[in-house]
Amino acid sequence: MASTAEHPVHLQHHFVSSDQQFDASKMGMWLFLITEILLFSGMFVTYTVYRVWYPEVFDGMAVLLDWRLGGLNTLVLLASSFTVALGIHYAQVDNKKGLVTNLILTFLFACVFLVVKYFEYSAKIEHGIVLGDGFAPHGVSHGVDYATYDVMFAQQFFSIYYVMTGIHGFHVLVGMGLFAWITIRAMKGHFTSAYYTPVELCGLYWHLVDIIWIFLFPLLYLI
Amino acid sequence: MSQVNYLNHDKSIKSWLFTLDHKRIGIMYLVAVSLSFLAGGILALLVRTELLGPGETIMSADTYNQSFTLHAVLMIFAFIIPAIPAVMGNFVLPIQLGAKDVAFPRINLASFYIYLAGAAIALTALVVGRVDGGWTFYTPYSTSVDDGILFITAGVFVMGFSSILTGLNFIVTIHKMRAPGLTWNRLPLFIWSIYATSIVQVLATPVIGITMVLLFLERLLGIGIFDPALGGDPVLFQHFFWFYSHPAVYIMILPAFGIISDLMGTFSRQQVSGYKFVALSSVAIAFLGFLVWGHHMFVSGQSALSSIIFSLITYLIGIPTGVKVINWVQTMYKGSVWLQTPMLYALMFLFTFSIGGFTGIMLGVLAVDVHLHDTYFVVAHFHYVMMGGNVIAALGGLHYWWPKMTGKMFNETLGRIAAALVFIGFNVTFFPQFILGTRGMPRRYYDYLPEFTNLHVLSSVGSYILGVGLFLILGYLLHSLFRGKKAGSNPWGALTLEWTHTTTPPDPHNFHETPIVTRGPYDYHLAPELFGGDGAAGDGHEEEAEVTVPRGQATS
Repeated sequence: MASTAEHPVHLQHHFVSSDQQFDASKMGMWLFLITEILLFSGMFVTYTVYRVWYPEVFDGMAVLLDWRLGGLNTLVLLASSFTVALGIHYAQVDNKKGLVTNLILTFLFACVFLVVKYFEYSAKIEHGIVLGDGFAPHGVSHGVDYATYDVMFAQQFFSIYYVMTGIHGFHVLVGMGLFAWITIRAMKGHFTSAYYTPVELCGLYWHLVDIIWIFLFPLLYLI
Repeated sequence: MSQVNYLNHDKSIKSWLFTLDHKRIGIMYLVAVSLSFLAGGILALLVRTELLGPGETIMSADTYNQSFTLHAVLMIFAFIIPAIPAVMGNFVLPIQLGAKDVAFPRINLASFYIYLAGAAIALTALVVGRVDGGWTFYTPYSTSVDDGILFITAGVFVMGFSSILTGLNFIVTIHKMRAPGLTWNRLPLFIWSIYATSIVQVLATPVIGITMVLLFLERLLGIGIFDPALGGDPVLFQHFFWFYSHPAVYIMILPAFGIISDLMGTFSRQQVSGYKFVALSSVAIAFLGFLVWGHHMFVSGQSALSSIIFSLITYLIGIPTGVKVINWVQTMYKGSVWLQTPMLYALMFLFTFSIGGFTGIMLGVLAVDVHLHDTYFVVAHFHYVMMGGNVIAALGGLHYWWPKMTGKMFNETLGRIAAALVFIGFNVTFFPQFILGTRGMPRRYYDYLPEFTNLHVLSSVGSYILGVGLFLILGYLLHSLFRGKKAGSNPWGALTLEWTHTTTPPDPHNFHETPIVTRGPYDYHLAPELFGGDGAAGDGHEEEAEVTVPRGQATS
């Protein structure tokens, strides 16, 4: 195995140079993101088909989703995309403190997103709007009589809502795990301007999670 | 053996289980995939035995339904899809590229364990429940039978991850890890076909992933996406399923094309005719493969217009496929064809795959399909492409790379006998099924009319011959590990890097120094010095002389 004079610790043996390793990792991540888009596209197709079939059901049910909470979450995710981009910038200029701060902020924004989501879900579940067989809207709150929403095919809208936001929420959770991991590594000083691949890749992943929400929010809450 | 190679540099069990070496991962895949093939094959023999006569022969209708379902699930998801890419792709691809490993060795190892986990989850269905609706899992039947479907869908979902990771790894490796001088036009055609396969794996598999999630939730919670009572649509499931599963048949067949191209060039001692056309036709098939899923649903209630469009695009796939077949035949023309066992499989492939391909065009004809739909004709077509295409090519590739993988030569005489048995057995098994299908024998049926008995018996006898042939292969390959003659570094006189620039078996790091490529993969007219069977960087073993290679005559 040819040994080079300078062999950085992060360079794996089968790569010729750091640049090659970085390019390969980034390409791998982009390909992974394509698979994510296709995974969600299956659900977007489902949404489109049933929206076209039952437009009045979808219009009627969307009212039950709180656009204020959805909007808040949109802002939270947009802010987190900004902080992760800042984090990458600080990694590139060797500013460890800036990097760690922004990674922690990103992590916190993700927490906020899931907490808001928790309140949205529990408000629905409380009134019998659940995923699957137990679906039976009932009760009154904030002047909304849920029983009136127990119309034919109403469940279809909420099945799609729960599956799409649920799988998206799972991605947020995975993202939190990733950010916890790279925050610890960043604190240990693993990342420099010469090597910050994991930060870049987690950032790419996070932007995708954000973009998917950008589509989910108007489709489910607004139109 | 004094030479250090990937097999002997560390022999501990741990060094295998935690290896990041693409060659060892390939070998582990070979063992796992072969076990799936064995299990699936035994089920096939049981199914054929049951069909020796009308009515009950050896098993109840219920066992029969579960047997053919499990046969299909094992063969498709646990055997054919990973077989060529994960075994031979893993072993050969990085070496053919002149790389030390795939781009992401840890992901590569992870994909193996994810595959094992997926297969284990799918097999749990056997213990805790039952699945008897066939490998297509059509709703509403699949969501109303026993709980076995939960495990099968979860298993398929997990195995899909493994498939995606393998494909992703190969795409990046091919883009970023090629040796200096190895331009796209100098890539071995095996690489081109694995590249096309990987694209399909990455783009199509996520869709079966979400489909399996929805099916799982449908069965578990009754979410209603595919349930008409709740406003869902079972046909939507079929669209989703075939949006993956049609491209998936190209995941199965494209790597086979790659092996055949390499075999044709090597054993004809000629540049593969129409190299660029053969290379790009793989990509064309990968692309077109995404646009034809509706031809599985001609009688499922899709609109007549969609059916016509899907039918037309299905015909189009015949063009790149025909380009390949014609160029393979052309490659042999005026070449020095050397009929060693791997080449026998390549010739067999031309015959069986062409029958499979042509009957595919027949099934793409709307009116004909209405008649042949869900009959044995479809079963025969499918097996001519999958077994006559993928499995025959995989056997050719296995024999071709066996010396490189193990350092041992198999018994050539037994190899030829087994090849003959496989060829005869295969055709006797499946050709009668075309006739049964045209006469109206429906697929998956447990019982049949007495007038179909003779053809069913013939088909079953064929399957036994096929079984004998396959067990013979297993026998002499295992025997060669212990008693086989030592293989030289390039027993076939091939020109790709795994033969010319590595020892046999390869070094743990593949190459002592990164090769620099200055010619194409089949430039026999440029490299007469390699015809003797030894590579430029051979390992210098005297034993190489034992394996003689005839001097081919290069025709320009």
